[in-house]
Amino acid sequence: MGYVLKTKDMDAILKKWGGDAIIFAPVRYAGQSEFSGQDSIRYGAVKSIGDIVFDEKSSFTFKEALLPLCETLFYFTENSVKEADGKEKSAIIFLRSCDLHALRVFDEIYLNSGPADYYYARLRENARFILMGCEKSFRNCFCVDMGTNISQNYDAYIKLDEGNVHVDNKFDGWTADFESAAQSSATVTPDYVTDTDVHVRIPENLSLDVMDSNMWTEYDTRCINCGRCNFSCPTCTCFTMQDIHYTDNGWAGERRRVHASCMVDGFTDVAGGASYRQGNGQRMRFKALHKVYDYKKRFGYHMCVGCGRCDDVCPEYISFSTIINKLEQGMEEVTVNDEK
Amino acid sequence: MDMNTKKLKKNAFRITKKRYLTASRVRVPGGHMNAELLAAVTKIAKEYGNGTVHITSRQGFEIPDIPFGDIPKVNELLQPLIEGLHINQQAKDGGYPSSGTRNITACIGNCVCPYACYDTTAFAKRVEGAIFPNDLHFKIALTGCPNDCAKVRMHDFGVIGMTLPQYDKGRCVNCEACVKACKKKSVEALKTVNFKVERNHAKCIGCGECVINCPTRAWTRSSEQYYRLTLMGRTGKKNPRLGEDFIKWVDEDSIVKIILNTYGYVKEYIDTSAPGGKEHIGYIIDRTGFAEYKKWAMKGVGLGSDAELRETIYWGGVDYT
Repeated sequence: MGYVLKTKDMDAILKKWGGDAIIFAPVRYAGQSEFSGQDSIRYGAVKSIGDIVFDEKSSFTFKEALLPLCETLFYFTENSVKEADGKEKSAIIFLRSCDLHALRVFDEIYLNSGPADYYYARLRENARFILMGCEKSFRNCFCVDMGTNISQNYDAYIKLDEGNVHVDNKFDGWTADFESAAQSSATVTPDYVTDTDVHVRIPENLSLDVMDSNMWTEYDTRCINCGRCNFSCPTCTCFTMQDIHYTDNGWAGERRRVHASCMVDGFTDVAGGASYRQGNGQRMRFKALHKVYDYKKRFGYHMCVGCGRCDDVCPEYISFSTIINKLEQGMEEVTVNDEK
Repeated sequence: MDMNTKKLKKNAFRITKKRYLTASRVRVPGGHMNAELLAAVTKIAKEYGNGTVHITSRQGFEIPDIPFGDIPKVNELLQPLIEGLHINQQAKDGGYPSSGTRNITACIGNCVCPYACYDTTAFAKRVEGAIFPNDLHFKIALTGCPNDCAKVRMHDFGVIGMTLPQYDKGRCVNCEACVKACKKKSVEALKTVNFKVERNHAKCIGCGECVINCPTRAWTRSSEQYYRLTLMGRTGKKNPRLGEDFIKWVDEDSIVKIILNTYGYVKEYIDTSAPGGKEHIGYIIDRTGFAEYKKWAMKGVGLGSDAELRETIYWGGVDYT
C-alpha cells in the first residue's frame, strides 16, 4: 500500500521502531573521509529521516549491519566456551536496488550454501529492508547492465520529497503504523534508473583462459592492494578469523571474525607459511573473475551488482567496469594464442 | 633626485642596484589568490616595469625596473590586489604598508593536498589580519603536515598541521595498512597487538598517514585541529639554524596569541642600535635567555589539555661568529 506522510510523522514511526530495532542508513560523517575537511557517507544508526543521505552514494554498504566488520563469535577459557550474545535489537536497513540484489548474494553464501551461518542468520532473521530509489544514476554506476536497477523484494520503499515522505509498504507488521500516520493514500512506485553513463559488456565466451591474458599485468604496478574495493563492495562476503588470548593470563580469550580482502596481503596464507597470488595483477584477476565469472558458474547469476563503489573509492583510479570491458579483448588475445 | 629611502621601503618598494629604478613588492598572504588579480601584476609590469615579474621565495611578486616617479601610479594599480587579498591598509591607493614583518607563507594546504591537515591559506590570512602592518622583522610560515613542504622550520614561527588520529576498534580488520604506512612513511608509532593497533602517543607526530591509508574508516581525523609550533629557525650570516619544537598539539588561538605576545617582547628587548633598527628575534632570545622569552610568549595563553609545552629549548645550527 502507498501512503504520503509528513516528515515528522515518519520520524515518530522511526522512533517507535527504534524501540526494538536499530535503523541503519547512509549517514554523513562530517570531516571523516581520509582527507581533512571532507565528509564521508557511510552506514550508521539514524533516529530521523533527516539523518539519512538520499542524494549521494555511500562509500560503504549495508552489509556491515549483517556482517559486522569485526564480530566476536565466542569466548573461551580452558574447558568452556561461551557464545557471544546476539544483538538485542534487530536491524531495519535503508538501501538501494543494487544493494537489495547484493543481499541475495549474501543470503546465497551465508544461508543457502550448505548449513546456514549461525551468526549471519541471527542478524538476518528479523532484519527489514527499506528501499531508497534512484532518480538518476550516480558516477560509476552500471546497475542497468547488471540487471540490478529494479527491486521488488523490499519491505517498504521510502522517498523524501519536499517535506513529505512517500511510502510503499509491503510488510504487514508496519501497515498499522503507516495507516494511522498517513495524510493520504497514494500509489507510490519506486524511482529507478533505466540508463547509466557507464556501460559494461561481459563477453559470452568468457572462460578461465582469460587468466593467461596480459590484461592483468598493468595492475601489478597500478594496484596498491589496499582492499578498499572489497571493503566497500556490497557483495564481498569473505571473512577471516582471529583468536585473541587475553594478555593477563593467556588462558582465556575470544574468537572474532573480521572482513577479509582478497587484495590485501595475508588473504591466501596457509599452514606451512605458503601464500598465493603474490602479484596484485593476479589478485585483480581473481577478484574480477569471481565477480563476473566463477559465481555465475555456480549460482546462475552475476555476483557484481554494478554499484560502482569499487571505482568510487579506489585511490589509484582503477575502474572495475573498465576491467570488465577489457575481458573481451583479453579473450581474443588468449584465443588467438590457442590457434597458433 | 630626492627620495626618502626609509619611506620607500616602508611602502614595499625596494632600493635596487639600478639607480632611480625601484621594484614593487606584492605580498600574497598564504600564497593563494583569485587568478583575476594577476591582471594587475601584469599591467604594472607592462606599463611601468620592464615587462617581467619575479616570483619571490616568500610567495609574492616583485615587479622590477619601475622608475621612482611612477610609484604613485603603481600604488593605485595595486589597490585591487590589496583589497582582493584583504591586506590591512592605512590609506587607500597608498600601496602596500610596511615591509618589516615578511609575507606569511603557506603550502597549498587541504584545499588540494591529500596530506594537509588544515586550510593553510585561511590560517595564514588570519595571522595576516592580526599582525599587519608591522615594522618588526618576523618570518612566519604554515605547512599542512609534517612533510613541511613550506620549510617552516627555517622561520621564526613554524606552524605544522597535525591531526589526532581517532581509532574505532570495531571497524579495524587488521589489514595493517596503517602500521605499514606509519613505519615506512612516518615514525613507526603504531604496532599490532592482538590483531588491533596500538598508537604510541608520545611518538605520534599527527601526520594522518594512518587515516589516509585506512581502507575501512577505522582511523579518522579528530574534529579538533592541532598544530606543532616551532620556534626561531633562521637563515642569515651569523648562525643559521632550524626551528625547534615549542608546543606539540597546540591550538590555533594560542598560536596567534603567542605571535602577538612576541611583538611585545621584541619591542621591549630589541637592540635599538641594530642596523636599520632591525634585529632577528632569535638573536634577541639568545641575549635574554629562553626563559624570559617564554614568560612573555605565554602571557594569557590558555593551552588545551592535549598541548605539550617544552620546558626549555637549545638551538643548534652553524655558528660562523
